[in-house]
Amino acid sequence: MWMSIFTSVEVGLMFALMALGVYLSFRILDFPDLTVDGSFVTGAAVAAIMLVNGANPLIAVTAAFAAGFIAGVITGLLHTVGGINPLLSGILMMIALYSINLRIMDAPNVSLLTQTHLFTWIREGIGGTWAIMGVMVAVVLIVKVMLDFFLKTEFGLALRAVGDNHLMITSFSGNIHFYKVFGLGLSNALVALAGALVAQYSGFADVNAGIGMIVIGLASVIIGEAIFGKKTIIRTTLAVIVGAIIYRIIVALALRVEFLETGDLKLITAIIVILALVLPKAIAKQKETMRKRQRRLRLSAQKG
Amino acid sequence: MLQLNDIYKVFNEGTPDEKVAIDEISLDVKKGDFITIIGSNGAGKSTLFNIIAGKMFPDMGGVVINEQDVTGLPEYKRARRIGRVFQDPMAGTSPTLTIEENLAIAYSRVKPRTLRPGVTAKRRTFFKEQLETLGLGLEDRLRAKVGLLSGGERQALSLLMATFTKPDLLLLDEHTAALDPSRAALITRLTKEIVEREQLTTIMITHNMQQAVDLGNRILMMDKGQIIFEEEGARKKHLTVSDLLNEFGKMKGTELSDRTLLGG
Repeated sequence: MWMSIFTSVEVGLMFALMALGVYLSFRILDFPDLTVDGSFVTGAAVAAIMLVNGANPLIAVTAAFAAGFIAGVITGLLHTVGGINPLLSGILMMIALYSINLRIMDAPNVSLLTQTHLFTWIREGIGGTWAIMGVMVAVVLIVKVMLDFFLKTEFGLALRAVGDNHLMITSFSGNIHFYKVFGLGLSNALVALAGALVAQYSGFADVNAGIGMIVIGLASVIIGEAIFGKKTIIRTTLAVIVGAIIYRIIVALALRVEFLETGDLKLITAIIVILALVLPKAIAKQKETMRKRQRRLRLSAQKG
Repeated sequence: MLQLNDIYKVFNEGTPDEKVAIDEISLDVKKGDFITIIGSNGAGKSTLFNIIAGKMFPDMGGVVINEQDVTGLPEYKRARRIGRVFQDPMAGTSPTLTIEENLAIAYSRVKPRTLRPGVTAKRRTFFKEQLETLGLGLEDRLRAKVGLLSGGERQALSLLMATFTKPDLLLLDEHTAALDPSRAALITRLTKEIVEREQLTTIMITHNMQQAVDLGNRILMMDKGQIIFEEEGARKKHLTVSDLLNEFGKMKGTELSDRTLLGG
């Protein structure tokens, strides 16, 4: 039990990077980007194939980040230059990436079990139960702080305005096409980075590993926002990270229930997202009703 | 400052819905001019604004700003030097960003955006000073999200954001029309103050004839894509609403009331 929660947090930290990417496209740009299902695997594939060919793990991870960026940029260009609607641009890119990922790996999956990679480095270099956890916490925090800073720069503010009010940002000399393309690039770069880390952690890259990834990302964003709110950027990015970890823990606990099987995972994910979407609204409505009822009671008490 | 040379724009060309929106309009706007434009719906006022701002491109004719031909220049590039306020109070600001962040976006419009923080201590002081000139107490709510402001407050903020970088040209598209009378009066007063203080070259579309008569040094009346009446200087100063209605009647050859002109 303790062990499975511990691993959930470790994996959750890796998926947190993916969730931050989804937050960028889905919330900041208001662009439901399904490229994620493909770019997650692209990250894994690029890193895996480079590691198999003896590349330095850090370079392999950087290459995965860059590959994800390119994938996102292409989705962005399909939408902005090609005039294709956001959902369809993402779906087209996702489907295209499936073949591209197969080409990169040259096989449906690549094993990394005998390779030297980031986590073998950490296990051997630092050692101890907490090594990977510690490094992942540091990595995620660094990414978070950088993202928080970025979203408050002149450039980042304009990026946020694109998803908020594109009429306004155009009238203040912001090129919305450019910001969308760049934002989607950054988003998918983070997703690919997560893919590269997860592949090394689990010891293989699989061409089907990305199926439903967007929903997991959304689940993390929505769970996080529902629990921690989204008052400021700093708080929301933290919420998304914790959301990703909580999601992993929920899944781990759900899988311990006897009648559930590994194959039920996608169904569980869908149900979690539905609950996270519906419950906060229902609770808010209930609160509102209670508040009004109490106010009526108070008013009638005053009169009476 | 701004020259429009024989601008022609037609919509739905070659279909039964074909409509000439701008019919060979030429206009020379001098630096410091404050022009008010009136005209019924469909007269081509908004199309003219869209062509000046670069949201639409003319089928024929050219747009020159500060001696530079900008006819093919996209909207976002022209926007460095053109300030705009829209009719919809929600259109000019970003609701999930704070007041100071919105101001920072407006502040950084004049050059390429960098990876430096949008809001710095120095800028915050400047934003505060600027907000104080509105007299709405917004300077104490720098970190409030703009979505929480009322329509009037948002429009005042939009006006400030459009003007405080001293653009070469200010375009006001019926920017008081969606507000209640007292808020509209406030925005009109602020507009007058800001334009005078900053010496901004301004073009304002309005449906309010009184406003068109009161503000500015030039007035244009548009109908069916053409400028049908124009007055400036001293003669503009002494113009009254009934003069305008008479002029309009003469042009159309019929007696017209305020209502028919507005109703379109």
